[in-house]
Amino acid sequence: MRRQKEELILHNHNNDGVDRRGFLKCMAWAGTGALCVIKGGVLRSYSLSDPASLAASALDGELEFVQISDSHMGFNKAANPDVVATLQAAVDKINAAPVEPAFLLHTGDISHLSKPTEFDTVDQILKSAKAKQVFFVPGEHDVLEDNGQQYLDRYGKTAKGAGWYSFGNKGVHFIGLVNVLNLKAGGLGTLGSEQLEWLEDDVKGLSASTPIVVFAHIPLWAVYPEWGWGTEDSAQALSYLKRFGSVTVLNGHIHQTMQKVEGNITFHTATSTAFPQPQPGTAPSPGPLKVPAEQLRSLLGVTSVDYVPGKHTLAIVDSSLA
Amino acid sequence: MKKAILSAATTVVVAMAFGLSRSSQARPAANGQNTSTGQYQVEIDNFSFGPATLTVPVGATVTWTNQDEVPHNVVSTDGKDIKSPVLDTDQKFTHTFAQAGTYAYYCSIHPKMTGKVIVQ
Repeated sequence: MRRQKEELILHNHNNDGVDRRGFLKCMAWAGTGALCVIKGGVLRSYSLSDPASLAASALDGELEFVQISDSHMGFNKAANPDVVATLQAAVDKINAAPVEPAFLLHTGDISHLSKPTEFDTVDQILKSAKAKQVFFVPGEHDVLEDNGQQYLDRYGKTAKGAGWYSFGNKGVHFIGLVNVLNLKAGGLGTLGSEQLEWLEDDVKGLSASTPIVVFAHIPLWAVYPEWGWGTEDSAQALSYLKRFGSVTVLNGHIHQTMQKVEGNITFHTATSTAFPQPQPGTAPSPGPLKVPAEQLRSLLGVTSVDYVPGKHTLAIVDSSLA
Repeated sequence: MKKAILSAATTVVVAMAFGLSRSSQARPAANGQNTSTGQYQVEIDNFSFGPATLTVPVGATVTWTNQDEVPHNVVSTDGKDIKSPVLDTDQKFTHTFAQAGTYAYYCSIHPKMTGKVIVQ
């Protein structure tokens, strides 16, 4: 992220988020001791009288990444006859954004039928993303027939168990969970005891001020159990995260955006890049929703997530393809 | 007298016609049964199995057909007996029930979808 000379303004403000009007104000008041920095299209101002606010970690600690979901490569029915084009459009949109994300998160249903060619095509399209690193979790469409072995071979080489893992980036702790295997009749998504034990252990040593981002395919809250939109044992998982000051849960599966806040936990679901699904209870089933062709891309999209040190909720912005 | 004979004859003719039509056509009943050939159908549609409960005789063959635009499968709830491949749209799966019993199954991809075949 380059800081251009004309963006460095000296102005006596303290540490708050400043919008475009503030920037113009900043521009006008030169020479009194503040630093206005543009990061990710958002203006932050820092007081030069408080050197701690100018610490490298504060200025450079910002992290931006993008979630994509439910590309369903291989789907070719009326709801979207060309899921290749819409996934490419999603990547193009991410590439055109003013901020290049540090990485992409794919929250599953990468393929539609777990076919090797489908995974290959998605990999190929994602190669055109400027962000080279992509993290995945599987959807139920990715683990057909082989209990997820192919998914693991492709995307989960360093993961544990059925593909769960965690990693850190700029002080944020990311946790990828798998809740689409060993699903019981009449049930919802499942994490299972082995994964839950791993999760409890994984976060045990982290300080409560560590921002946590959990990503999994099926929603970790009961969006609409009648349609299987929930996870049986998510409550136990969330109990391990309750002590943290900032928890963000990113899911897919339902092909529409939905958000819920519960204390320090923000839940958010993404749209699909392939096809929309109906809102809960508005159709006989959660199958692909056919809309007029000119409306399709307005119901597909990507989600960008921005972490700014000092702000305890992450900024989540959904953008549709049209 | 003539009238009575005529109406009786008509009744007989009607009865015979009705009897003929009953035996010459084995029309599938509303739940997809075709009792004369032992073939039974379950439609997979709108994320559900129809009929959800199907009763068949021992030795019957059941065919599941996926009418949805997403894949489904047919898997025994207890992990035995029935395990279909993944069925894409219009694909079918057939299973013959050689033994009596109650066979609960579901779609392991969308586990809210459940069904049952009662074999007796």
